[in-house]
Amino acid sequence: MTWELDLIILAFVVIAALGAITIRDLLGAAILFGAYSFMMCLLWAIMGAVDVAFTEASVGAGVSTVFFVAAVFRTTRRTKD
Amino acid sequence: MKIIGLIIVGLTGLLLIYATGDFPDWGDPASPANNYLSTRYIEKTMEDTSVPNIVTAVLADYRGFDTMFETTVIFSAGVVCFFLLRVFEKKTDEEGLLRHNATGITLRIKGVEKISYSTGEFDRIDNLWTPQDLIITTACRLLIPFIQLFALYVIAHGHYSPGGGFQGGVILGSSIILLAISHDLRTSLTRISEKGAGLLCAVGVFIYAGTGALCLLLGGNFLDYGALSKILPLDPVSARSFGILIVEVGVGIAVMGSMIWIYSNVSSAGRYREGL
Amino acid sequence: MPDIIQTIIGKYNYWIYITLMMIGFYAIIAKNNLVKKIIGVNIFQTAIILFYVSIGAKWGGTIPILQNVHGEGGAGAATHAIKAVDYINPLPHVLMLTAIVVSVATLGVALSLAILIYRRYKTLEEDEILARIREK
Repeated sequence: MTWELDLIILAFVVIAALGAITIRDLLGAAILFGAYSFMMCLLWAIMGAVDVAFTEASVGAGVSTVFFVAAVFRTTRRTKD
Repeated sequence: MKIIGLIIVGLTGLLLIYATGDFPDWGDPASPANNYLSTRYIEKTMEDTSVPNIVTAVLADYRGFDTMFETTVIFSAGVVCFFLLRVFEKKTDEEGLLRHNATGITLRIKGVEKISYSTGEFDRIDNLWTPQDLIITTACRLLIPFIQLFALYVIAHGHYSPGGGFQGGVILGSSIILLAISHDLRTSLTRISEKGAGLLCAVGVFIYAGTGALCLLLGGNFLDYGALSKILPLDPVSARSFGILIVEVGVGIAVMGSMIWIYSNVSSAGRYREGL
Repeated sequence: MPDIIQTIIGKYNYWIYITLMMIGFYAIIAKNNLVKKIIGVNIFQTAIILFYVSIGAKWGGTIPILQNVHGEGGAGAATHAIKAVDYINPLPHVLMLTAIVVSVATLGVALSLAILIYRRYKTLEEDEILARIREK
């Protein structure tokens, strides 16, 4: 649980979250959400929660991103805000 | 609207930060969350259930009711997606454009869905067909059996390593989703039809609740796996370990069926004609 | 002054988790697009799960899988005594496993609703949807 690694990955997580809600392209927002999920999985692995990290890697960074991309494909990709 | 939103969010954040002044420091071994119940779980898991992975033992045995209702929630999410999106259209013979590769002639044919394209003589060129790339289809076809084997390993080794029913079930479901993305939605529907996916969900929930009811019939409490030692040639502690394995298999099957079901409904918007 | 530094070093993790929660909360209430709101809901959920799991962390503890107990039968006691201070707290992990899987189920339902709304009103922006409802 080295605090330097923790702090760097937390900074990446906050940047990915801010990017996912600010970007104007919905496909880009879905991919940034996948990156946010993966950084969360790394945080939990550092903290020692290995089961939670395994579940988040398979569910969040895998299946959840695919659902978002499928829904964006079926609706529209552009947004005004 | 955005300014009001920023003000509300800022005030809530400051209120929460002020409330963390009462918290114990991060990582403190003597904090109240670490003292009472979790010490009993850590010390008694090996004597009661002989399962070294404490998280699996607590999830499937000590807190088995929560996991059963969570499996029901996953099943009902699959059912809700089906009810919201599914549109049943009459299967008419639709027209499509075909190109004969040897001569370059374009044909318009009715009943275009019934022709198989494996010989390579004809190509479909209308806009309802996405062409399949050779490299991607071959690579994914080689990878998918190994992904499924790894998922079965994760389910079976949930007692001794990180893993268990949920993780293995999601990996199994995502192997079929990989088949649907790399080839075509119709290819994955020939492997697991939509009725099959729904049935898998229901069978998973049935296995979990059925194990609980079986323990009730054998004289114990609901989901008390020690009662299984009356029909299996094991002592009660090993019977609890075996009961945990059965319910993990049930959870894995339910999660696999639900992931496939939700994906096929969302990616084809209910019409089951073409996927992503 | 050293008191404030001590407080910051002990608690800055909680403050960063609260910032993440507030980013998700802002996306829910202030964004117009429906898919951005759904992304905000998921950011809020994972930030809460991170906060909860971090309560169980311990300096110097190891992962919650018992060591040196392989080969023992269930009825006999382990040869090494199991001390609870060596392992991190497994109870938040168990509760949050349920929360993660429930969050992906509600994500599926929310995206199905978004597809239905798009099929009916041909747009995903909230103000345009309200305008089209009012003029029916």
